[in-house]
Amino acid sequence: MIVGTRKPFEEIIALLGEPVGNRILVLGCDSCMAVSLASGEAEVKELIDELREHSDALGLGWEFEGRTLKRQCERKYEERVSELIDGSDAVVSLGCGVGAQMLSENFPLANVVPAINTSNMGAPEARGIFKEKCMGCGDCTIHRTAGVCVLARCSKALQNGPCGGTTDGKCEIDPETDCAWATIYDSLKRRGRLDDVRGLVPPKDWSRSHSGGVRTVRVG
Amino acid sequence: MPGILERKLADGEFVVTAEIGPPKSADPGDFLKKARMVKGCADAYNVTDNQTATVRMSSLAGCVLCLSEGMEPIMQITCRDRNRLAIQSDVLGAAALGVRNVLCLSGDHQSFGNQPGAKNVYDIDSTQELMVLDRMRAKGELWGGERLAKAPDLFLGAAANPFGEPAEMHMIRLAKKIAAGARFIQTQAIFDVDLFERWLGHAEREGVTDGASVIAGIIPLKSYAAAKHIAEGVPGTFVPDRVLERMSSAADESAEGMRIAAETIEAVRGMAGVSGIHVMPIYWYSGVRPLLETTGLLG
Repeated sequence: MIVGTRKPFEEIIALLGEPVGNRILVLGCDSCMAVSLASGEAEVKELIDELREHSDALGLGWEFEGRTLKRQCERKYEERVSELIDGSDAVVSLGCGVGAQMLSENFPLANVVPAINTSNMGAPEARGIFKEKCMGCGDCTIHRTAGVCVLARCSKALQNGPCGGTTDGKCEIDPETDCAWATIYDSLKRRGRLDDVRGLVPPKDWSRSHSGGVRTVRVG
Repeated sequence: MPGILERKLADGEFVVTAEIGPPKSADPGDFLKKARMVKGCADAYNVTDNQTATVRMSSLAGCVLCLSEGMEPIMQITCRDRNRLAIQSDVLGAAALGVRNVLCLSGDHQSFGNQPGAKNVYDIDSTQELMVLDRMRAKGELWGGERLAKAPDLFLGAAANPFGEPAEMHMIRLAKKIAAGARFIQTQAIFDVDLFERWLGHAEREGVTDGASVIAGIIPLKSYAAAKHIAEGVPGTFVPDRVLERMSSAADESAEGMRIAAETIEAVRGMAGVSGIHVMPIYWYSGVRPLLETTGLLG
């Protein structure tokens, strides 16, 4: 899933500026950002409540609508609320960077305000804790490293082993982050498969990653 | 023709290397002032590459300034700041200017330095950097196979942390670095001689260090505050409590730091698998000469 967090309220207000009119639509997304606890129905309502309080305090007279789309990144779901989007002076997107961009793309006249900082492709490890797992390099090789992606999960993307800074199984730059290579070692050691990481891994061909240019995936 | 470092290691002589951190300055004099403080102390001089992720005069410029002083440089190149294009290009340029020793490093993460908002590179890791440079040296080819009109004459090195955990995983990585072309290994600073000796024994038993010379890292501690800073703030460095206690209770902290460094040098000199020492003065350049005098390693 895509992991993201809501921007601080002050930043949303600053990005919103002074909308030309007073009709504000807050658009959530029921997919990844909802799992990220940032854009489900509850979070849409929460943001509207905060915005209403701000509007009331300053006498701005803003009016609110809130909807949560199944997937904000797909036109067919966006089109179900097209009248609301067209009738709004600002659309505050609680979708990820993809969802917010698709709103702009599909509704070129809409004033889309991104309210999410999209972070990474990861997974929830505990309630409210999301860890990065994949960086979308376009050429998966996690079979070599006990199913752990060193490109996404080592802070230096080291492909041949741990750096000298790892301490007690944690990353040198953040004691809350597991060292990917310590995780790999434990897993391979348990299964008697340390030989998996003994061979030299040559420089990676990054051409299928973003380094190769903006990517288009064609299926079928 | 091999350089001093390569020749001495080949002859089985005990070598001394010393680290010079380039200044935050565009004045060559600022580099040369440090260089001259350690000139004549070592067989070769490591010039660091934006160490602790802090912008400084480039390693290549420092290496050329060393050459102008008749000091043999070891150019440190991290993978943090350069991709494979830049690394190969810089090494060709460095070789053209007379630099032949290169130490391949991952580099400290930029979050430790003065550009925490920087985007890091890590196109290749330090093992892959060795593979790329060793191919240039041995085959006269760029990565990808294109021929070079003239191959760089390189003597390649790598770093090792004898105290890194999991130890077995670190040992695997060291073996890969040597397989990739490292001929000398400079270790992180040693403050626990017994632990280092165990690591060395492990490396030798498994044949990991066959084909490469181990050069043991030494940091002379100038003060208790410096010791604490190194223990807490320098990634990958292990300072045991008993060393911190010796520093904190010493009447003359720098004299005690000098004694600890001298004892460490004496101890590692006696180990069969150690080919030399690598002195990292951190901020204590004036301490290098007396330290080497004390241990009889000068001249």
